[in-house]
Amino acid sequence: MNLIQISKREDLSKGKERIIRIIAVLLSLLAAGLVIAILGYNPVEVFPSMVKGAIGTEIRLQQTILKAIPLIVTSLGILVAFKMKFWNIGGEGQILMGALGASYIALNVEGLPKPLMLLLMAVAAMITGGIWAFIPAFFKAKLGVNETIFTLMLNYIAIKFVTYLQYGPWKSPESQGFPKVATFREDAVLPSLFGIHIGWLIALFLVVLVYFFINHTKKGFEICVVGESTETARYAGMNISAVIIISMLLSGGLCGLTGMIQASAVEKTLSVSLSGGYGFTAIITAWLAKLNAIAVLFVCIAFAILLQGGTYIQISMQIPAAVADMMQGIILFFVLGSEFFLQYKVTLAGKFRKAKEVA
Amino acid sequence: MEPIKAIEMKGISKEFGSIKANEDVELTVFNGEVHALLGENGAGKSTLMNMLSGIYRQDSGTVLINGKEVNFTSPKDSIAMGIGMIHQHFKLVDVMTAKENIILGSNKGVFTKTKELTKEIRAISDQYGLDVDPDKKVYNMSVGEKQTLEIIKVLYRGAKILILDEPTAVLTPQEIKRLFRIIANMRDQGCAVVIITHKLNEVMEISDRITVLRRGRTIGTVKTKEVEVGALIEMMVGKKVDLAIKKEKTKEPKKELLQVDNLSVRNNDQKLALEEISFSLYAGEILGVAGVAGSGQKEICETIAGLTRAEKGRVFFEGENILGKTPRDIIRLGIRMGFIPEDRLGMGLVGSMDIVQNLILKDYQNQPGILLKRGPCEVKAKQIVERLDIKTPSILHPVKKLSGGNIQKVLLGREIDSNPKVLITAYPVRGLDIGASYKIYDLLNDQKSKGVGVLFIGEDLDVLMDLCDRIMVFCVGKVTGVVDPDEVTKEEIGLLMTGGKEGSLS
Repeated sequence: MNLIQISKREDLSKGKERIIRIIAVLLSLLAAGLVIAILGYNPVEVFPSMVKGAIGTEIRLQQTILKAIPLIVTSLGILVAFKMKFWNIGGEGQILMGALGASYIALNVEGLPKPLMLLLMAVAAMITGGIWAFIPAFFKAKLGVNETIFTLMLNYIAIKFVTYLQYGPWKSPESQGFPKVATFREDAVLPSLFGIHIGWLIALFLVVLVYFFINHTKKGFEICVVGESTETARYAGMNISAVIIISMLLSGGLCGLTGMIQASAVEKTLSVSLSGGYGFTAIITAWLAKLNAIAVLFVCIAFAILLQGGTYIQISMQIPAAVADMMQGIILFFVLGSEFFLQYKVTLAGKFRKAKEVA
Repeated sequence: MEPIKAIEMKGISKEFGSIKANEDVELTVFNGEVHALLGENGAGKSTLMNMLSGIYRQDSGTVLINGKEVNFTSPKDSIAMGIGMIHQHFKLVDVMTAKENIILGSNKGVFTKTKELTKEIRAISDQYGLDVDPDKKVYNMSVGEKQTLEIIKVLYRGAKILILDEPTAVLTPQEIKRLFRIIANMRDQGCAVVIITHKLNEVMEISDRITVLRRGRTIGTVKTKEVEVGALIEMMVGKKVDLAIKKEKTKEPKKELLQVDNLSVRNNDQKLALEEISFSLYAGEILGVAGVAGSGQKEICETIAGLTRAEKGRVFFEGENILGKTPRDIIRLGIRMGFIPEDRLGMGLVGSMDIVQNLILKDYQNQPGILLKRGPCEVKAKQIVERLDIKTPSILHPVKKLSGGNIQKVLLGREIDSNPKVLITAYPVRGLDIGASYKIYDLLNDQKSKGVGVLFIGEDLDVLMDLCDRIMVFCVGKVTGVVDPDEVTKEEIGLLMTGGKEGSLS
C-alpha cells in the first residue's frame, strides 16, 4: 500500500513558495556539508572559509567578480533562448566562436584607435557567436530539428576547431613550439576600471538591457508568447521562424560577447580553455534565476562566490576543487527538486492523512 | 431477488486543495445494468470514476466491489478487481497492432503466445459482438474501431465492470448506435456498465438508472424509465432552467460579409479536410455549423482566420479575397474579424500571462515603434472585466487560473472589443456550465443585433437550433445542407450530418 499521496496544488501563496525555496537551499547546504564531512573535513570550517575566500579581501573579491562577469553575460544569452523554450545548451561553443571572431580582428587588424578596435572585436564576436546559434535556430525553425542535441554537438565542433587553430594555423611563431595563439596587442585588451576590466560595466548594462528587452519590447513579448505556445503565437500573427532566429542570434551574440570579454581581458589571446564551462554553468544560473534578468545578476554573483570559494579552499585546505563543482550540482538538484513541491502536494496516506504538507 | 451490487460507493469525499471535488457521494451500480453518471462539467463525475479506477484515492468513504470493501492504491488494484475504464482520450500505441496493444502491460511472461492470444481475442469479440482485426495497426483504425479495441483491451484483462468516460463525444451517429449495441450486449452478459456523460438524449436511450451529481454531491439516483428530461436538467443545474434562447429574426436586407467560394483544404495527413465548400455569411445573423466532430469545423475556422493554407478556393471578406493572408496580414490590414478558437488556452490566449498581456497579444502588431505599450490595454482590460462581469482578483491575474467561463469571457471580450464585422466562434461553450453558456449566447446575440455576422461551430444540436438563424451541416469535409432551424427537425439535421442529401433547403 502506498503511504505517500501526491496531488496537484491548486494555489500557492508567495510566502509559502519562498519558504519552500529557502528550505531547498538550506537542505542543499546540509547535503553538501554531509559530503564534505564524509570526505573528512569539517563543514563548519569549510563554508565560512569559502565565503572568506571569495569576498574576504579586495583581491579575492576581484577574482570573484572576474568569474561573475562571464557568467552573467552568458546567463543573459541563455535566458533569451530559454524564454522561448529553445533549449540552447550550446553556450560553450558560442563563447568559443565569439572569442574566435574577436581574436581574428585582434590578430589581423592594425592601426585602429583602441575604442574602435574593441568595438569591432565585440561586433565580430557577436556575429560569430550569433552564427553558431543561428545554425540550430534555422534548422529548428524550418525543419523542426531538435535544438538540444544540435546545440550540444556544435559545442564540440567549436572546441575542436579552436583547438585546431591553436595547434595549427594560428600557433604563434614566438611561442617556441607551445600550442599557443599570439598574445593580443595592448589595443585589443579591454581597459580596467576600479581594478577590474570593464566587463563588469558591460555585464551590468546588459542586465538592464535584457530586462528591458524581454519586458518592454514587442520582440521580447513575441519571444515569451512563442515560448508559452506556438499555436497562440501563430494565432496572434507572429512570424515564429523569425522570432526563433532573432532570439537565437541574440542569445548566441551575447554568448559570443562573453568570448570576446574573456579573450580580450582575461586570456589576452585565443585559447580553447577560455570558455571555462561558463556555457554550462550559465544554464544552471539562468534557470535558478527563473529566467529573470535582474535575478540573473544576483544568482551569478552567488555562483561566482561558490566558484571562487571552491578555488580558495582547494589552496588553503587542500580540498579538491571538485567539491565546489559538486556543491553546484547539489544546489541545483535541490532547487529543481523543490519545483516539484511547489506544484504538487505530498500527503501521507492512511492514518497520517491529517498530517498534511510534508514539504 | 435483488441483483448483486457490482459497485457500492458510500460517503466518498475528495478534496483538491480547497476545492471539494466530491463530498459525501453515494453510488450503487448493479450487475447487469447500464448506469449513467450525469452532471455538468466540474460536477465531480470524472473524479469519482478516477477513484474507482485507482487513479485517485478518496479522502474518506468506502468503496465496495461485489460486496467486498476495497482500498485501491493504483490502477493495478482496480484492474485486478475487474474494473476497466475507457478514457475519453484513447490510451493506445499507434504503431502497434490491436493484439500488441491488448497485451501491453498485462505482464504475462516474456514471450507471447500469439496464436492463443488471437483465439482469446476472437472469443471475447464473439461473446460481446465486438469486431476488431487483431493484426490491424492502430494508426489505420477509425475512431470507432479504436474505441472497440479499448473495450476489448479491458475485457481481455477480465473486466466485469466497465466505465466509459464520455464515450460518444467523438463518434458518428452510426458508431454511437454500434457502441450502444455493444453496451447492451455487455449488460445482457451480466456486466455492470457506467457511462459518464452530459448528453441527456443518450442517457435516456441507453441507461437503466441515472445518478446525478452537482458540485461534487449526489443529487439522487433515478430510474430512467420514470424520469423526464426536464427533471434531469433541474437536478443537474439545481434550478429550473429556461432553456429558451431568444432569437430575433435578421433584419432585411441582408448584406453579405463573408463569402467562401469552392474552398478545399488538406489536413496534416494530406487528406482533404474540406472539399469544395461554398457558403455566405450575412450581417446580423448567426450561422451555425453542425456536424460530427472532425468533419472540417476546425479547418474552416482556421482557414478563414488565415491559420491554415487552402488548396484552392477563395474567401471574400466584404468583396475582397483574403485567402492566403496570414493572421498578421489580417490584423495589420485592419480586417475586422474576430476568432474564438476551440483551444482557448492553447491558441486563443497565453495561460500564464495576465489579462492585459493577453489583450496586447492582438493589439501590439499595430502599435508603432519597437516598444510595447501596456497603458491602453490596461484601460481596455478594466473595461472588459467590468462589461463582461469577469470574476478575477485583478487584471494582472494569470488567465489560466480563472474558471473556464471567465477564461472564455476574456477571449470573447478581446475579440468583441475590436468591433469585428465577422466573428468566428468554435465551440464557444465547450466545458462551460449552463449559466456561463447562456451568458455567452447572450453576448453572441448582442453582436448579432449590432450587425455582426457570427459563424457558430456547435456540438449540441438543440442549442444550434435555438440560437442560429441558419444551420450549415458538415459531413466529412462537405456541406450537406444549409437549413432553417424553424423548418427542419433534429432528425433531419442528423441525417445530413451522416451524409444524407435530402432536405437541403438553403
